[in-house]
Parts: sequence; structure tokens; C-alpha cells
Amino acid sequence: MRLFSKIFQVGLATEPLPPGGADVVRLLHEVDARVRRLFGRAVAVRQVDAGSCNGCELEITGLTSPVYDSERFGIHFVASPRHADMLLVTGPVTRNMAVPLLKTYEATPAPKLVVAVGDCARTCGVFQGSYAVAGSVDQIIPVDVFVDGCPPEPTDILRGILAAIGRR
Amino acid sequence: MIGYVLEVAQAALALVLAPGLVGLVRWMKARLQNRRGAPAWQPYRELGKLFRKEVVVSSNASWLFRAAPFVVFASTVAVTFLVPILAVPLPFDGVGDLLVVVYLLLLGTFFLSLAGLDPGSPFGGMGASREMTVAALAEPTVALAIFALALSAGSTNLGQIVARTMTAPGAALSPGHLLAFAALFIVTLAETGRLPIDNPATHLELTMIHEAMILEYSGRYLALIEWAAAVKLLIFFSLLGNLFVPWGVSMALTPGTLVVAVASLLAKFVVLAGAVAVLETRIAKLRLFRVPELLSASFVLALLAVTSSFLLR
Amino acid sequence: MAPAPLLLAVMLAGYAAGALAALAARGALGRGLVAGCALVGALAGLLLGAVCLGAGLAPTFTASFLPLTGLALRLDGLSAFFLILIGVVGAAVAVYGFGYTEAYEGRYSLRWLGALLNVLLLSLSVQVMADNALTFLMAWEAMSLSAYLLVLTEHDQPGTVRAANWYIAITHAGFAALVAMFLLLSAGELTTSFAAMRAASLAPQVRDAAFVLALFGFGAKAGVVPLHVWLPMAHPVAPSHVSALMSGVVIKMGVYGLLRVTIDLLGGGPAWWGGLVLGLGTVSALLGVLYALMEHDLKRLLAYHSVENIGIIFIGIGAGLMFQSYGLTTLATLGIVGGLYHTINHACFKGLLFLGAGSVLHATGTRNMEEMGGLIKRMPRTAFFFLVGACAISALPPLNGFASEWLVFQTLLGGSAIPQPEVAVIMPIAVAMLALTSGLAAACFVKAFGITFLAIPRSPEAEHAHEAPRSMQVGMVSLVLLCVGLGLAPFAVVPLLGSSLAGLGGLAPTAVAFTLALPLHVPGTFGQMSAPLLALGLALLLALVPLVLRVLGADRRLRVADTWGCGRIGQTARMEYTATAFAEPLRRVFAELYRPSRDLSIDFHPASKYFVQSIEYRSEIHPWFERVLYDPLLHGLRGAATRVRRLQGGSVHLYLVYMTLALLVLLTVARWRT
Ligand code: SF4
Repeated sequence: MRLFSKIFQVGLATEPLPPGGADVVRLLHEVDARVRRLFGRAVAVRQVDAGSCNGCELEITGLTSPVYDSERFGIHFVASPRHADMLLVTGPVTRNMAVPLLKTYEATPAPKLVVAVGDCARTCGVFQGSYAVAGSVDQIIPVDVFVDGCPPEPTDILRGILAAIGRR
Repeated sequence: MIGYVLEVAQAALALVLAPGLVGLVRWMKARLQNRRGAPAWQPYRELGKLFRKEVVVSSNASWLFRAAPFVVFASTVAVTFLVPILAVPLPFDGVGDLLVVVYLLLLGTFFLSLAGLDPGSPFGGMGASREMTVAALAEPTVALAIFALALSAGSTNLGQIVARTMTAPGAALSPGHLLAFAALFIVTLAETGRLPIDNPATHLELTMIHEAMILEYSGRYLALIEWAAAVKLLIFFSLLGNLFVPWGVSMALTPGTLVVAVASLLAKFVVLAGAVAVLETRIAKLRLFRVPELLSASFVLALLAVTSSFLLR
Repeated sequence: MAPAPLLLAVMLAGYAAGALAALAARGALGRGLVAGCALVGALAGLLLGAVCLGAGLAPTFTASFLPLTGLALRLDGLSAFFLILIGVVGAAVAVYGFGYTEAYEGRYSLRWLGALLNVLLLSLSVQVMADNALTFLMAWEAMSLSAYLLVLTEHDQPGTVRAANWYIAITHAGFAALVAMFLLLSAGELTTSFAAMRAASLAPQVRDAAFVLALFGFGAKAGVVPLHVWLPMAHPVAPSHVSALMSGVVIKMGVYGLLRVTIDLLGGGPAWWGGLVLGLGTVSALLGVLYALMEHDLKRLLAYHSVENIGIIFIGIGAGLMFQSYGLTTLATLGIVGGLYHTINHACFKGLLFLGAGSVLHATGTRNMEEMGGLIKRMPRTAFFFLVGACAISALPPLNGFASEWLVFQTLLGGSAIPQPEVAVIMPIAVAMLALTSGLAAACFVKAFGITFLAIPRSPEAEHAHEAPRSMQVGMVSLVLLCVGLGLAPFAVVPLLGSSLAGLGGLAPTAVAFTLALPLHVPGTFGQMSAPLLALGLALLLALVPLVLRVLGADRRLRVADTWGCGRIGQTARMEYTATAFAEPLRRVFAELYRPSRDLSIDFHPASKYFVQSIEYRSEIHPWFERVLYDPLLHGLRGAATRVRRLQGGSVHLYLVYMTLALLVLLTVARWRT
């Protein structure tokens, strides 16, 4: 009972998405209109950790929290790439993760999108040049949108995803 | 003639309403978690999207993997013709009774489990094993709940049960009925993969039951399976709602009573969805090896239901 | 009436010719003759049964040729039904055997295999027509011995001899009980006709004793718990077509005998008879399926399922007996009809499954499921046939297993008509256990089919498996068609079964007005069901859904890719779920019953315990009644035997003393009796 009275007192915790600068999100590939129409407002996301420091994962977890609540935009996370429309890739791609990342991409049914989250995914970040790193995400699979930041804030990631499906 | 039209209309209504019902539960849960959540019609968008996507099939899979979604969907839809959703008596009432309903649903589970094993993925096998375990252990409870209902109604045919309870309203409050309701509610949670037996929102393969089986499915196959799962939820909700609290179900088949029937059906759904949502907010998932304990508790409830309606007749 | 003697003669001649031909001819010709003659015999028997059942005839035959005086045959509805059963499975097995036994050429004695198969079929057919105890017992023993020798066919394989020994020992314990039972019923004269036994009025104690003896004797043959131990040993080691015959038909003779004696000869009894049969059936059904779940030997798994299904049949019969004692003849007939319906259904799907398992064994050379997999691509037809059998045995609509289980369920629900508090507890528990059994059976067959036929092969043998030869496929197809047919036509089968019980033990089949309308509705019971409409609806929906998807323009692209395994590179069969793993949750749930022994040993690397060199895990279960019931029994027997051996001193004088003593005792007894 205490639980429910607390639920009642707190009310809605979800914050509306603050308007952010266009510079935070940079669209590298123009998402074509067909894809936009296809996904509508239902996007299943499969997250792939290709070798990140897990900082980005922490922020991604924040997306499902009541405050950011990605579900209100119809974005939900799924367990299998077979169910996914979008891959959310973090970290520099390590040598060990290069093939699995490729396999995940292959396992995803078309049409599919790839959002690379974090500076590492774009430039390999602080791990650049390491013997263990195979390259940035776009060297392994085609990327639709990069989200910058180390780590990027949940709102940025949300905007990245939304940019990818061309909602905003 | 009107009966056959109604029969088809009822099945169509079930198909159309089912995703919304799942969405409603999800939305209520989101609100209970203080989230804005997706609107109740979100599952329609998801299904629509899945139907427009490509299918990826494992190279190990056989024809069975591709046939299973259709078997699952067809057997579930077949059940919607037998369950009293809006009106009784309907012409197909004699085609199958409550036992047929249970075994038709088992047919779907059987094929889905086989399909889980087909691609050779360890997750699929795990899901199939667990799903069949839960299904088998839920079976005696279902049978006993049927027995309890049949005892007071004198029939296992659903239309009869509804009609009998309507004519003898006192039966709805008899201990046999109430206990059977509780037992069947637990079974509903187990069969439709809700908390505390299975978590419909889990992303961790090791904790999955239903999800693990369908990890390999994509596109239209996945859509069929998800849709069938939603219809299954709706079937169980209608059983709970209409067998135990039959008021509102149309018996005269006139337009007026049908409108009442639809309205009361929706009201019952909202109440049941609310109950499930509250329950899922309140409790955590049980460990897999604790699930049998819950199911045996429901079994005891059902046994008490039968003996009490036996003795109190 | 006219064709009956002719058909009988053709049947007997067919089997006899088959037996002789097997001994005379060799090679493909020999196999062909064996199969052909057995087929002729089986079809003649089938026809004979069908003609008599259809026309409601009960012809009597008395064998008057010399050495066989005292043999009497009579064909009533029940015999006709079982003749049909024997004919159906016998015909399928005969055809299948032609291809299957080819692999035996040069390894085992095909002559005896063929001859004994025909003898077995012959003795089965004679037995169900027996009209006196002598005929019955002789046929019974011929059946038991020929089955024993058939089990021994692959005598050089490990376990075969042991299995055959168990079989023959338990069968003979049962046989002894049957002899005693018939002596009780016929007052010591084994050639008394069954008609005279029916008319005899016996003291209640004698009747009770006869019932218990019959239950023991026939239960031992049927494989009812706890007398079933021989069944999962003997059925798997026999050649597969013989296994099909044994599981499909031979154990059903226990059902036949029980019905013949308790319903027909004794005319029913007090309620506890039915209760005992019902209880034994429930326990057998549940334990059978639970042990089947733990089994990874495909044929042993099927054998345990025979125990389960015999249990279901006994539930039907037990409920019938109970209703009969309360004077509810309609429900009584319904229960026994349910049992009989399940009998023929089980004969069809279990025969089919054993034949399918035989094809798998034929193709891979192993019975171990953990070494199979992927067979659905290598032997697609066998896989499909096996799938039909698996669905039928799991009681999935609209196949035959469902129809009969539904009927048994309805009978049990009818138990509410008995105003007794015990019944208020027993019937619901039986209902629940039956439901649990069928749920577990479905789980078990997901395992059996999934692990054997699906995913990727787990061994090179499975990798190189091949489809079964044509004759074996024909054998399986015939049973597949029957499984479907019997499932779709309960409205035709049930009245026929009702008429087969005509006039037995006060059962009044006319009292059961089975409607011939499409929905099967039985007055006096609860439910209504229409199998054909159900099947039609399912088929329509199955056809409609893809059509609608196409019309609505759903995406039709399909791409083949690797199985998703979290991005791992390459997939091997070792990553698949195994049969053991599949059954693990249920093993934990029922751990109290299984009491698995577990053995885990880990070898660490000498440098650090964080590096494991090898892990060995062993887990076994031992059925507890073997421990609790049979171990002390065997122990006692062995002790008694060693003590008795002392009598055998080797001295001729001693033996002379024994003989004299025995003679004296016999003479005194004989004198005293007169
Ligand atoms: S971008 Fe920053 S937070 Fe994200 S993985 Fe790289 S280092 Fe970690």
C-alpha cells in the first residue's frame, strides 16, 4: 500500500524533451523518407556494446527511466536483433567485437538503422591507436547517425535516435 | 444466420481489440511507474511495422519454423470462435467446449516450442523447455477449474456455463466459483507469460520464457506470434470476465443488448488489465524453480473449488 | 454370416503360411513371403472383425479336428473390435517389416524372426476369439513365448537377455495368476465354456479373489505400475516393428482380458473394483510420463509412454466399472467406450511412433536422442509421420488422441452423478492427474521430436542419415491416415464401440443414444464437441491467414542467415539444447520422485584453481519401485534359491527319497479328494 501511495504522490516523473541545439546531433546520412514512413512511431532498438567503457551504457539505461522514458516515443529495447529496427552501437570496435558486430548487423532484418553513440564510436576516443581496437563503428558497418559526447546525455541519445528515424 | 454473423464479428472484434488490450496493460504499468509511457495503441503500430519488415530465417531451420507462426495464430483464432466474448448461445458453441479451448491453446504452445528448438539456438531450447514445463504444470489447475464450473452449470460448454450463471446469479458468489476464479487467474498469469511467472518486458535471455522461444523470429512471423499472444490474453480475460461475472453478455442477440455487451466487455477488460498492471508493479518475478509452488497453490485452490461445489450442490 | 468362416480360414491360413514360408524361403523372397502372408492374415482378420461388428453378429466356431478338441472360438463384439485392432497394426507392421528386416540379413536369424512374427499374430487373433479358458490360456502362452523369443532377436546386444528375462518372469507370474483365476471361475475345469462361467453364481469372496488375480495377471501384461518394469526394458531392444506390435497390440491383451473377465464373465463388481483400476490407471499414467520425460533413449521413451497410455485406458475402464456398480449404465458404457477408443488410438499412434523410431534407428544406428538432430531435413517423410504421431499422443486436436482423452475426461466429469463424498475427492484428482499427464506428455514429445528431428545433427551418423525405404514409409502412412481418420470421426467410432459392448455384463448400449449428428453429444454427460468441424475450421484458418497476409500486402522478403547466438562465431551442435537440459526443469520440480544422484568432479589446473582443466558431471535417476519393490523381492528370491539348492546334493539315494515322498503325498491327496 505504501508503494501505491508513493506512486500516487510522485505523479508523472517524465520530463518533456528540452529543445536542444542542432549542433549536438549531427546527421551524417540523410534518412530517406521511405524509412521514416516505415517505422512510424514504433522502433525496436538492440543495443550493441562493441567495446565501450560502459559509460555510454549507463546513459542509455537512463533512457528507460521514468525521467527520460523513451517509450513515450515508441522506442523500446529488445533482446534480439531479429526483433530490432535499429542498432545502438557504443564504444570503439575492438578486435574481438568486430565480427560479432557484423553478425548482429546481418541478423537484423531490413530495413534497419544504425546509431553510433559516444565519441568512441566515431573516433575511437581515448582508445584510438590501441592494439586491441579494430576501428570506429563506421569502419565495420554502415552508420546512419553519430551521437557525440563522452558520454552523451540521455536526451542527446534520444535526439539521435529520433533524428535517425527522422521524427524531429 | 445472425448467429453466424455474430460469431465472425466476435472473432474479428477479438483480433482487433487484442493488441489494444496489451497496450492498455503496458500503459497502466507505465503510469504506475510514474512514466508517461506509450499510448495504448502502440502495439498496433508495432504490428504494422513488423508486417512491413523483411524476415530473417536461420539456415538451420526447417519448414516447421516457418509453419509454426501460422499454426499458433490459427489455433488461437479458432478459440475466439468458441469463447463467449459478446453473446451466448452462438452456433459454434457445440463445436468445442472448454476442454477443446484448453487443448487448442496447447496445440499452439506445442508448435511454438518446437519452433524454438528448430534453429538450434540454446535460447530457443531453453525457452521451449520452460514454456512446456509451465504449460504442463498449469494444466491440472485448468482442468479442475473447468470441473468446478461444469459442476454447477451441468456442462463444459461455455455458452451453457454463461447461461446457467446468468439464470442463477447466486452461483457466482458460491465458494466454488470464487476459488475457481482465483485459480484460473493465476493460470492466466502463467499462460500469458505475465509476472510473476514470466516477465514480458525482460531483455535478459536467461530470465525469459516466452521471449526466449521467439528470439529467432522476425518480420511477419514475429507479428503473427505477438498478435496471437495478445489474442490469448484477451481469451483468458474474456474467460475470467464472462464465465465468472457473466452479466452484460448478450443473450437476446438484439442490437441494444449487443451494445451493452460491448460496453460491459470493455469495462471488464479495463478492470482486469488494471489488476494485472497493479500486480506487476507490486511483485517481482519468481525464480523459475519457485513457479511450480505458485502453480501448486493454484492447484489446491482449484481442488478446493471442485470439492466445495461437489459438496454444496 | 457366410463370409465369417471363410475369413477366419483365410486369416488362420495366412498366418500359418507366413510362419512356414519364413522357415522355408530366404532372402528377399523370404521377407516378401513373410510380409505378404502376414498382410493377408491381418487384413482377413480386420475384415472379419469389421463384418461381425458392422452386422452385429456373434458367430461361434468349434474346432473339431482331433488334437485340438477342447478349443472353442467365438466372435462377439469385443473380440471383433480387438481383431480389428490386431489387423490394423499387424498389416502396417507386416509391410514395414519387409524393408526394416533387410538390415538383419546375415546378422540375425531372419527365419525365426519372420516365423515368430506370424505365430505372434496368430496367437493374438486366436486369443481374442477364445471361448473357453483352455483356448485362452494356450493362446496367451503362445503369445507370451513368441514375444519373448522376438525380444531376444538381437541377443548379442547388451541388455537384451536381461530385458527378456524380466519380461518372461513377470509375464509368467501373471500367467500363474490367470490360471488360478480361471480355475476359480470354472471350478477346476478349464474347458468350461465362457458361457457357463457367465452363468455360474459365485460367492462374493471368490469373485473378489478372481478379480484381484485377473487384475494382477492382466495388469502384468498391460504394464500397469508397479508391474511395468519389464516394459521399458523389453520393448526397446526388440526389432522396431516388433516393438510397434508389442506396444500397439500385445499389451492391449491385458485390456482385453480385464474387460472380458471383469465385465463379461464376472459381470461387474463392487465399487472398489473400479476404484482400484482407476487408481492404478492414474498412477500408471503419471509415473509413466514422468519417467518418459527423463529418458533419452528414443524407444525407451516410447515404451514409458505405453505405460502412460495404458494408464489412461485403465482410467476410462475403472471409471466405467465404478459407474456400473452404482447402476449408471450409460456412464459406465461411456467410460469403457472411452477406454476402448483410447486403446485403438494408442495402437495407431504408438505403432506409428515405434515405426518412426525404427526408421530413425535404421538410418542412424542409434537410439540415443543426444546423438540425433537435424533429421527433418535428411528424412523429411519419416519426420512428418513422427510429428503426426507426436501430436496425436500429446492429445492435440483434431487428432485421435484428443478425441479419446476428451471422452475419458467427460466420463470423469460425469462422476458428479455419484452422491458419495469419496467420489467427490477421487474424481477431481483423477481429472487433474489426467490433465497433468497430457500436459507432461506434450512436453515430452516436444523434447522427443525437437531433439531428434530438429536443429543441427549432433553426430556424424545423424549427419549422414537417409530416408527410410518405400515399404517402411507405406507402413507408417497407413497408421498416419488412421490417426487422422479416428480423430475426425468420433461420431462414427463411438457408436460402433458402443455396439461392440453389446450385451456384456449388463451394459446396455442401447441406453446410450449416441447422436449421429456432427457434434458428439452424449446424453447424461457434460460436453459437446465436433471434431470434423473443428478440423475444418483449423484448416480454413490455416489457409486463410497466409492468403489474407498476401492480399493485405505484407512484406514477403525472406533472407537466410546464421542462427542468432549473441554474435558468436560459428555454431556447433554442442551449443544446442540437449534432451537432458530440456527435461531439467521438470526433473527439479519432481526431484522428490526421481531422487537424482548427482556427481560433479572438476579438475583444476595445477597452477591455479581459476583454470579448469575438465569438468565431469554425471547424473542418474533410478526408478524407486525398482529399488523399493523389486530389489528386496529379488534378494529374497535369491536367498530362497540358495537355500533350496541344498536339497540338490547329488546323491542318488537322496533323490529316490524325494521321489518316494512326492509319490506318497500325491497318492494321499488324490485318495483324500475322492
Ligand atoms: S564515449 Fe566515453 S563514455 Fe562512451 S564508451 Fe567512449 S569513453 Fe566510454
